[in-house]
Amino acid sequence: MLIKQISVFVENAPGQLSEVTKVLGESGIDMSALSLADTSEFGILRLIVNDPDKACEVLREHHFIVKQNDVLAAVIDDRPGGLTGVLDILANVNVSVEYMYAFVGSKDGHAVVVIRPDKADVAIAALEANHVSTLDPKDVYRL
Amino acid sequence: MIGMAMYQPQIETMPQDQLRALQSERLVKQVKHVWDNVPYYRKKMEDKGVSPDDIKGIEDLHKLPFVTKDDLRECYPYGLMAKPLSECVRIHSTSGTTGKRVVAYYTQHDVDLWEDCCARAIMAAGGTKDDVVHVAYGYGLFTGGAGLHGGSHKVGSLTLPMSSGNTDRQLQFMEDLGSTILCCTPSYAAYLAESIHERGLQDKIHLKAGIFGAEAWSEDMRRDIENKLGIKAYDIYGLTELSGPGVSYECTEQAGMHICEDHFIAEIIDPDTGEVLPDGTKGELVFTSITKEAFPLLRYRTKDICVLNREPCACGRTHVRMAKPMGRSDDMLIIRGVNVFPSQIEEVLLKVSGGDITPNYQIIVGRENNTDTLDINVEMSEALFSDDIRSVERIEKNIVAQLRSMLGIGAKVHLVNPKTIARSEGKAVRIIDKRKI
Repeated sequence: MLIKQISVFVENAPGQLSEVTKVLGESGIDMSALSLADTSEFGILRLIVNDPDKACEVLREHHFIVKQNDVLAAVIDDRPGGLTGVLDILANVNVSVEYMYAFVGSKDGHAVVVIRPDKADVAIAALEANHVSTLDPKDVYRL
Repeated sequence: MIGMAMYQPQIETMPQDQLRALQSERLVKQVKHVWDNVPYYRKKMEDKGVSPDDIKGIEDLHKLPFVTKDDLRECYPYGLMAKPLSECVRIHSTSGTTGKRVVAYYTQHDVDLWEDCCARAIMAAGGTKDDVVHVAYGYGLFTGGAGLHGGSHKVGSLTLPMSSGNTDRQLQFMEDLGSTILCCTPSYAAYLAESIHERGLQDKIHLKAGIFGAEAWSEDMRRDIENKLGIKAYDIYGLTELSGPGVSYECTEQAGMHICEDHFIAEIIDPDTGEVLPDGTKGELVFTSITKEAFPLLRYRTKDICVLNREPCACGRTHVRMAKPMGRSDDMLIIRGVNVFPSQIEEVLLKVSGGDITPNYQIIVGRENNTDTLDINVEMSEALFSDDIRSVERIEKNIVAQLRSMLGIGAKVHLVNPKTIARSEGKAVRIIDKRKI
């Protein structure tokens, strides 16, 4: 199952990130996972939120540049080596991971990682075949 | 004779020596007219120690003082008129975005000659009385609508006075009345082309040519419009101060715009020294209107940087051709000794963004350790953005590389949030020069 991630362009300047979180907070948007990728010039804030469409809308209203992408959220055992198992499954079917980051907190002894694979269909099929579950949008947006 | 029919073939193909003689005769007359009727000009000439007796022909043109936009503003609204208001039938005006408006006056004779120039442009683009000319330039104070409208009448084409905007109606008329020649700004042409594709109307539109001016546009944009609309796209040039569109226009060769030399004398000068430069040299374009009655301008500095080409044109016209202006002398920056025009930077940004819209940008020139620095802020857009750092960085690097290959100098590119580049009266502030020399 694929879930929606939103990415926001942030300039490298003080107050930029708080401006994004302020806009989201004021609109009652809840964040369940995030990562900030940055260079010396700019950053990309990636978010999993409870209402991606609304988040995009309010950010655009505040002149932010936003994109929605599909990513997958894999549920892994919260134990040493848990992540390796999932990454090996993807590597075996020749799927590259563009980037990944973890959900805040864990769920019933499991951790959740957000993965952006280069070939989403292949990745999902391989995970399913190896009994690794991926989160349903309904579950994610409720987290 | 190759190519299409001409509107005034005898004038348009007049041998160059005869054309020079005609210009000399008209210049002498015009200088007297101005001296007799415009005190402001007379004073300017007296200050330079020149009188009409010193101007015996085109070879004496360089003795006359220049006129600039500042003069026009100083003389606003009636200061440069050479005919009483009772003889005038029309005004047009510049947009006034860079300062006070400039108002230009026309007698009926002036309007006639201006429309002749536009008629030449339409026929040079292949227009005949059987064409349906779709004029989507703005009508009103702006000269675009009125100029091409009048020119189309003179050719005898069916004229559609559409004015700009209301794309649905434009496309409806284009389809129902079979418009064959589209006249509008290049950006509007690109927009219409896009709309035609989106709606799948390609087969219902029968345009064959377009006459696009009043804005800077690149060769890439020309090809894009031509491909999308299946037409030939021609450039047209003009200034409200001189009449309007039709001061020069392209023929089917699409190799420079023929200047209507029987009405305007063109010179290229060094923008710093005012010295006249030989044909083929890049410099500021200066025009003298030799047939205008109400609002004649002598040696008007256009600020457009340009090159003139006197080589014979395959179309048979003898009138000198001007290249597309490469920029404006008041916009030109000298960075590490290299002439840089914002239009060049704009071209790169348009190319890199791969769209029809140039991202908003700002050029910041500074100086560190006695070396000029060039920083370009580019507003981020959803077209450029991606969730992947590498692709965004690639865009940044691509802009830097393209700028280096075009200008030969390095620049730092910064992607900034949209709507963060300062605007003044709705126009973005494009250049900040922080150098103190």
